[in-house]
Amino acid sequence: MTRTNIALLVLIACVAALPLFGDAYAMRLGTMACMYAIFALSWNIVGGFAGYPSFATAAFFGLGAYTTGILMNKGVPLSVSLLGALVLCLVLAAALGAVLLRLRGHYFAIASLSLVEVFRELVNNATDLTGGGMGLNIPLVSGSSVLSDATFFFYAMWGLLLLTALVVIAVSASKLGFGLNCIRQNETASNMVGLNSTLYKAVAFGLSACFVGAAGGLYAAWVHYIDPSDVFDILYSVKPIVMALMGGLGSPLGVVCGAFVYLGLEEVVWRNYIQIHSGVLGVLIILLLLFLPHGLISLHASKIWRGLFGRKAKHV
Amino acid sequence: MLAIQVLINALVLGCLYACIAIGFSLVWGVLNVINLIHGSFIVLGAYLAWGAYNALGLSPWYSLLIAAPSFFVFGYLLQRLLLNRVITAPVLVTLTLTFGLDLILNNAMIYYFKADYRKLILNPPTGSVSIFDVVVPVDRLIATASALALTFLLYLLLRRSKVGRAIVAVRLDRDAAVLMGVNVKSIYAVAFGLGAALAGCAGVLMALIFPISPLTSSAYLGKAFVVCVLGGLGSVSGALAGGLLLALVEGVGSVYLGPAHAVTLSFVLLIIFLVVRPQGLLGRKGFE
Repeated sequence: MTRTNIALLVLIACVAALPLFGDAYAMRLGTMACMYAIFALSWNIVGGFAGYPSFATAAFFGLGAYTTGILMNKGVPLSVSLLGALVLCLVLAAALGAVLLRLRGHYFAIASLSLVEVFRELVNNATDLTGGGMGLNIPLVSGSSVLSDATFFFYAMWGLLLLTALVVIAVSASKLGFGLNCIRQNETASNMVGLNSTLYKAVAFGLSACFVGAAGGLYAAWVHYIDPSDVFDILYSVKPIVMALMGGLGSPLGVVCGAFVYLGLEEVVWRNYIQIHSGVLGVLIILLLLFLPHGLISLHASKIWRGLFGRKAKHV
Repeated sequence: MLAIQVLINALVLGCLYACIAIGFSLVWGVLNVINLIHGSFIVLGAYLAWGAYNALGLSPWYSLLIAAPSFFVFGYLLQRLLLNRVITAPVLVTLTLTFGLDLILNNAMIYYFKADYRKLILNPPTGSVSIFDVVVPVDRLIATASALALTFLLYLLLRRSKVGRAIVAVRLDRDAAVLMGVNVKSIYAVAFGLGAALAGCAGVLMALIFPISPLTSSAYLGKAFVVCVLGGLGSVSGALAGGLLLALVEGVGSVYLGPAHAVTLSFVLLIIFLVVRPQGLLGRKGFE
C-alpha cells in the first residue's frame, strides 16, 4: 500500500472522531462530507482511473434512494434495503456500462447525462410504485432523539465511505486498476495487447455506481422524504467532478480532500448567499478550471507534497 | 383524422425543435464543445420577447431583430474571453465550464425574473385555422414558418458567405483551414456567437407558444441533445431531420403511451441511436 493510500485511511479515521466534539449540526455536516467523499471516490474510478467523463452519478444516486425507499415502505429493514440498492446499482450499471462505455468523449458524456433524464422520467411516471412527482415518504429508522439519529446516520455513512475507500484502494493496486490506467492512456493499444477493455470498463462502471447507490439509500432513510427532482438532480453528477478537479484528478486522497474542501465552500456559500448559491458555485467552477486545472495538489508546492507522501497525483 | 393531426403537429413542432438545435449543433460541430448554456440562452431570448412586448409593446418580430445582434455579441465575447482559454482541453473541462456558465446565467434569471411561469399573450389573439377536422393554432404556424426561415438563413450563410465557408472549412479540417489563412480563433468566436444568436431567436419564437421560466432551460437543452444525435452532427439538414423525427416519435408516443412517457421515449431513442448509429440519420462530416 502506498503512502498516499495510508494517508487517505488516516484522514477517514480522523473523521470518525467527529461525534466526540460535535453537536447535531456538525454531525449533519459530517454525514454530508462522507457522502460527498463517496461520490468523489466512486466517480474517480471511471472518470479518474479510466478517463471517461461520466455524468451518471445522479442517476445511480436516485436509483439507490428509490430502491431503498420502496423496499423500506414494504417493511424490509434498512440494512437489507441498502444491500438491495447496492446490488441493483452494481448489476444495472455493469450491464449499462458494457453498452455505453463503447462510446467515447462527447458521445459518452451525452449518453451518461441522458441516463439521469431517463431514470428521472421513469420514476416520475411510475406513480403507483414511486409516488411520482408527489415524492416518497420513508419510515423513520430509530426515531429516539435528534442526536442519536444524527449519530446513527453519520456512522452509517462513514462506514460506507470506509468501505468505498478500501475498495478503491484495492482496485488501484490490482490488475483492474492497472488495466483502467492503460485504457485511459491508450484504449486501442490496450485492446491490441489483449486487455478485455469492455469487461474492465463494465466492472469499473458497476463499482463506481454501487456505492453511490447505497449512499443514495442512506440519504433517503436519513431525510425521510425524496422526490425525483431532488435525488435525480444533475448537480449530483457535476459536484463529484468539481471535487475531483479541485483535489486532483485520479488520486483517491486528492479527490477526498477535494470533497471536504468543496463541502466547506458550499456550506459557507449556502449560509451566507442562499439566493445566489448556484451562481457562486458556477463562478467557483470557472475560476477552478481556468486557474487551477490540476487541483489543490498541484498548488501545494508539489515538491513538498512529494517529499511527504512519496508520489505525485496523476494528471490527466 | 387523428393520424393526420399527429403528422401535422409533428411537422410544426419538428421545425421548432430543429430551430432549437441548430445553434447547439453548430457549436458542437465546429468548436467540439458541448454547450450546456444553450438552454439558458433560449430562455433568456424568451424573456427578451416577453419583456419587450409587455413593457415596450414591441411585437416579437422586432424582438427577433434585437435578439440576433445582442446575443451574437454576448456569445462572441463569452467565447473570446472565457471558452477560448480551455478550447483544446478534454471534453470534461469544456463541458464543466459551460455547466458553470449555465449555473450563473440561470441563477441570475431566477434572481431577476423569479421562477414563476409567465406567458407572452398576444393581443388580439391569433386564433387557429381548421381544415376538415385538423386544427392548427396560427401562432404555432407563424413560429414554425419563422423557425424554417431562420434555419434557411443559416444554411445560406454557411453556403454563400465568406465567413460561412470559413466556418465549414474549420469544421472539416482545422489544420488545413489554418494553412489556407483562416483565423481559427476568430472563426470559433463567430461560430459561438452565431450559436448564441440562433438560441436567442429560437427563444423569441418559443415565447409565442410555450410558458417561460428559467426552470425550462434544461428541457430545451435536452431537446437539443436528442435532435443533434438523431439527425447527425454538424449539418443544417441533419438538424431538420432530427427535429422532425423527434417530434414524430413524441407525437406518436403520446398517442399510444400517454404524453407522460414522451420524454422518456425520446431519451431512450437517443441512447439507442448513440450506440447503434452515432453518426445520426444524415450524418457526414461537414456543414453543407
